[in-house]
Amino acid sequence: MYHTIVVIVEDKPGVLNRVSSLFRRRMFNIESLTVGHTETPGVSRMTIVVDGDEVSVERLTAYLYKLVNVIQVNDLSTIPSVSRDLAMIKVNATPDNRMHIMQIVDVFRARIVDVTNNSFIIEITGDEEKIEGFIEVLRPWGIIEMVRTGVVIMSRGTASIYPNGNGNGKAHQVAVAI
Amino acid sequence: MKLTGAQIVWESLLQEGVDVVFGYPGGGNLPIYDAMTKYPIHHVLVRHEQGAAHMADGYARATGRVGVAMATSGPGATNLVTGIATAMMDSSPTVFITGQVNSKFIGYDAFQEIDITGITLPITKHNYLVTDICDINHTIREAFYIARSGRPGPVLVDIAKDAQQNSYDWEPDGNPIQLRGYRPDYRPVSKDIQQALEMVYAAKRPVILAGRGVLLSGAVNELMEFAERTNIPVAMTLLGLGGMPASHPLNMGMMGMHGESWANHAIQDADLLLSFGMRFDDRTTGNLKTYATHARKIHLDIDPSEINKSVKVDLALIGDLRETLCQILEHLEPCNHSEWLASISEMKSESKTLDIQNLPDDGHLHAAHVINDLWQYTQGQALVVTDVGQNQMWTAQYYKQENPGNFLSSGGLGTMGFGLPAAIGAKFGRPDANVWLVVGDGGFQMTQMELATAAQEGIKVNIAIINNGYLGMVRQWQELFYDRNYSSTPLRSPDFVKIAEAHDLIGMRVTRRSEVEEAIQKAHEIDGTVVIDFRVVKEDMVYPMVPAGADLKQMLRRPIPERAG
Repeated sequence: MYHTIVVIVEDKPGVLNRVSSLFRRRMFNIESLTVGHTETPGVSRMTIVVDGDEVSVERLTAYLYKLVNVIQVNDLSTIPSVSRDLAMIKVNATPDNRMHIMQIVDVFRARIVDVTNNSFIIEITGDEEKIEGFIEVLRPWGIIEMVRTGVVIMSRGTASIYPNGNGNGKAHQVAVAI
Repeated sequence: MKLTGAQIVWESLLQEGVDVVFGYPGGGNLPIYDAMTKYPIHHVLVRHEQGAAHMADGYARATGRVGVAMATSGPGATNLVTGIATAMMDSSPTVFITGQVNSKFIGYDAFQEIDITGITLPITKHNYLVTDICDINHTIREAFYIARSGRPGPVLVDIAKDAQQNSYDWEPDGNPIQLRGYRPDYRPVSKDIQQALEMVYAAKRPVILAGRGVLLSGAVNELMEFAERTNIPVAMTLLGLGGMPASHPLNMGMMGMHGESWANHAIQDADLLLSFGMRFDDRTTGNLKTYATHARKIHLDIDPSEINKSVKVDLALIGDLRETLCQILEHLEPCNHSEWLASISEMKSESKTLDIQNLPDDGHLHAAHVINDLWQYTQGQALVVTDVGQNQMWTAQYYKQENPGNFLSSGGLGTMGFGLPAAIGAKFGRPDANVWLVVGDGGFQMTQMELATAAQEGIKVNIAIINNGYLGMVRQWQELFYDRNYSSTPLRSPDFVKIAEAHDLIGMRVTRRSEVEEAIQKAHEIDGTVVIDFRVVKEDMVYPMVPAGADLKQMLRRPIPERAG
């Protein structure tokens, strides 16, 4: 099962490497990873989709907290949240099928950002289901090239996950089954 | 004050109360070594940087203070790697300072350049690359803080040569250390303490498992108090030995692969396990699928990532062990488990018949005899350091520890060659201790060059080489599981007495049991480091043994030899 984790880290050289090395040596599979700045200077936000069950994600969370540059870890798969991926897809588009493709683009609320005699680049944002669906529909026309950013995710509602309710940046609860 | 980066390194070490560092100079850290001579910190020149790393580790294990080792860039740094990993696996507070090439050459494959921060990522608690002189002081302060706090461990600081050579108007950084991502201050909540108490009172066959956490946390008194008040027997891990006096009636001795059979039986029959600062390492549990299946489990540990890692537990109390035990002791009511203890005692007396100490003398010198005699003639008070393998297991079994901090051994990584340098480091940390090293002929050869360090420094370590002409533990496995196919285990060693003498040290050879006492007495009388070559039985076995993957109860026991006539 896929879990989408947000890792708030210090923006220091090598932090991405520390986190991805951890996944590798603890044998966790990274499905996708994206990182960028946050509203706080010096703090970056990583969104990682990892394949595992709840127990292994708890283990992963504990290991992440051991990294000195990791400030906070949240598994957002379990709370109401909005997740988005962005894809750019270069697809064959000849004069006879061009209209067809444009209709599909409309239906999916995607955008054409490049046009040539026989190709389009289509940009689409949405949750994973929507993106996967769009790619499958386009496939018969022949996909020339594709790039995806990976998922970013944000919890619904007013609160920000960082800094968390405790205010000290660490909210690691160990869930122990009885 | 206008200081160079190199000088700031020493100022920072002084600030941290460092009195000795172990290291080896080179191009990459020349400025640091140049500045060193004006500072009152003693430097121990080793013969291989691995020795420096193990010395820092041995120092840390013997004193509880942060051990420091230094090496130059490139090969100097990579030679530290085994020692850093050893410290990581056993949670030793250590700081490693390596030189690095000039920052403008980093990433260009310069002479003696190596990405040591990349290489040591998985084996350090944290590491730093310093290229700016202004970062040196606070980085070293942070490094020490991280090394000694929470679950201790090694921290590496890689300092570029230009940062060492630059200078600026420096003032000590007195600000409190604030690391956003590092808050090692967990504390259990009172509802969990309450639940723990209830589980303890409900148990009929409880066992305490005591590990290195007891010693790291300084919780020896609290462990004793808890065990005595609740009348619960205690089993130790290898690195937990000394956490409770071996002679204490509640102390069952070591558990696990080469532990005492009654301890392993008690664990498998228990209905409650209390893990105090131990991490359910595979050497202690045997087959995890069948491990203590009747027992509920409470895990007290400072590291949240150890909870439910190997063994699923029913309750976890995360925090400093001593503090947690103090909290529990405030409310803990006395209990009685005399029936349970009696059944364990019964198992003990059955086992005694198999102990080699109680078997008739067969005329050969056994390692177990050597160590048992050593224990006697040092009144069990020596600071004992072991290497790895059969020598290590026999020492754990036969040199009974009454006090904490006198048993140093590479447990997690099991690094051969750890012994000699660790013993040297321990002696620097506790110069008044009577340091005895027990090491095999294989392990000794891995780091024997550090005899020169001992000679140059004029420090005294007593070395007992358990010389059986084999890579003993591997040979044991080959005998038991590979049909005696001794592939690359027969070991031809140099004459260790001559090796000692080549270093201007005293060497002795012992081939009979009757000579053991005299050799030990003589070693105590001699002023410097002494090497004793104990020629023991070539094919000897550590018993009991839980084979890898077997249930803890499926121990191989010593076969009683047939008596002719």
